[in-house]
Amino acid sequence: MVRPAHRRPGQSRKAQYGLFAAYVIAVTGAVAGLLLAILSVVDPIGFAQLRVASQEITAPIARVTRSVTGSLSGIDDTVGAYVGAGTQNRRLRKELADTRRQLVATSSLQEENRQLKALLKLQETDKTALANGYLLTSTSTSAKRIALLSIGRNLGVAAGQPVRGADGLIGRILSSGPSVSQVLLLTDVDNIVPVRRARDGLPALASGRGNGDLDVRTLNIANNPFKPGDILVTSGTGGLYPPNIPVAIVVRRQHDGALARPLADPGKVDAVAVLRPYTPDNIEAQGRPAPAPLPAPTGAP
Amino acid sequence: MNQKGPRLGEPASLWRMRVIPIASVMFASALPLMLPLIANSPVLPPLGLLFFLCWQLLRSEMWPVWIGLPLGLWDDLFSGAPIGTAVGLWTLASIAIAYSSQRIYWRGFFHDWAIAALLVAIIQSLAALITHPQAEPGKVLALVLPQIIISALLVPLFMRLTGKFDNFRLKRR
Repeated sequence: MVRPAHRRPGQSRKAQYGLFAAYVIAVTGAVAGLLLAILSVVDPIGFAQLRVASQEITAPIARVTRSVTGSLSGIDDTVGAYVGAGTQNRRLRKELADTRRQLVATSSLQEENRQLKALLKLQETDKTALANGYLLTSTSTSAKRIALLSIGRNLGVAAGQPVRGADGLIGRILSSGPSVSQVLLLTDVDNIVPVRRARDGLPALASGRGNGDLDVRTLNIANNPFKPGDILVTSGTGGLYPPNIPVAIVVRRQHDGALARPLADPGKVDAVAVLRPYTPDNIEAQGRPAPAPLPAPTGAP
Repeated sequence: MNQKGPRLGEPASLWRMRVIPIASVMFASALPLMLPLIANSPVLPPLGLLFFLCWQLLRSEMWPVWIGLPLGLWDDLFSGAPIGTAVGLWTLASIAIAYSSQRIYWRGFFHDWAIAALLVAIIQSLAALITHPQAEPGKVLALVLPQIIISALLVPLFMRLTGKFDNFRLKRR
């Protein structure tokens, strides 16, 4: 486009001051904004409420679009499969996922069995869900992986509760609003999950890469024991995620650990369950008979 | 004079002229959270930012230079980045566009494209680095690189869309 004709406000003092003031406001505002950003990185809790409140606005539309079109999710995956080897690839992956699910179930049972034998007194944790819902939508333009869950405080969802799908761990609740809540997905860079190898209980830490994969590191760096195909389940260490939820499968070794792919793809799961955080209070509470049952999940669109 | 209806050839209402640019940016910012899309990586281009830059490249003097403050705050509420990131970065982009429109006398299509692509690349990289300060910078930048390339290629399309909106905005009755 052509150069604007009247860049300078001319002789008018008022116009000059107006332009100057606009720049002063812009520069102070920009600096204040960046400071605010740093502050909200340091203390995400206060601002999370503001954000979840604004997402209550778009949630109804997301509910409608989801019910009309179904889930568009995994669009990148689908395209990738076609580019790779077409429909055959997709069919094989589906079969593989089924097998893998059985494998996970078996191997974590084995591990559980081994521990029970070893300890003879392991408290069986209650894995019943606090509430069930489905993932509505997610941030898709920024480096943060946050999904919107269709239920909120109305069904007892609160920050810090783990979320899982049928295949495995999805993430944890970041903040909850009146009727929706935000889930920090497993693949977010800031989400670190204590895991162990299902086969032998080797402890490790899984952290997201932000692009759908996970980095897995052992706690001792001396050797790299991972092999492709190793299944990782939550270990229960750290007191947030209950033990024995499937997390990921190792895809390949890296120089400082392994690259793993989550077993549950949040884009493909239909319903997710919100669990109680694995804290001493909850573990004890679950030993006693359960209190009044929660209302039936109203997750359907 | 007929007060009932608009007169033929009358300019568009002031209300429409002011609201359409702002509404288009706000809608584009909120749109990703209305789609049933669960992304594993930043797959969509930053729609709000692209409209924001295109409007400013198309109509340099339409908005005051501080317009990035409210629009950026709105975008921050939906993008997932820490609140304040877009407030700061979008406003700095406004200042950069205002400065470039003073320096480059006859800005052409390719100038606009280059400026928008460069600003998108800088803003998305810095936003990602602010979002994940503890992670390795190389990995974080690799995360947003595909998105930056897609956004840079989509700039002409967004220019065209902005132009369509602009025609509607200024359409005489």
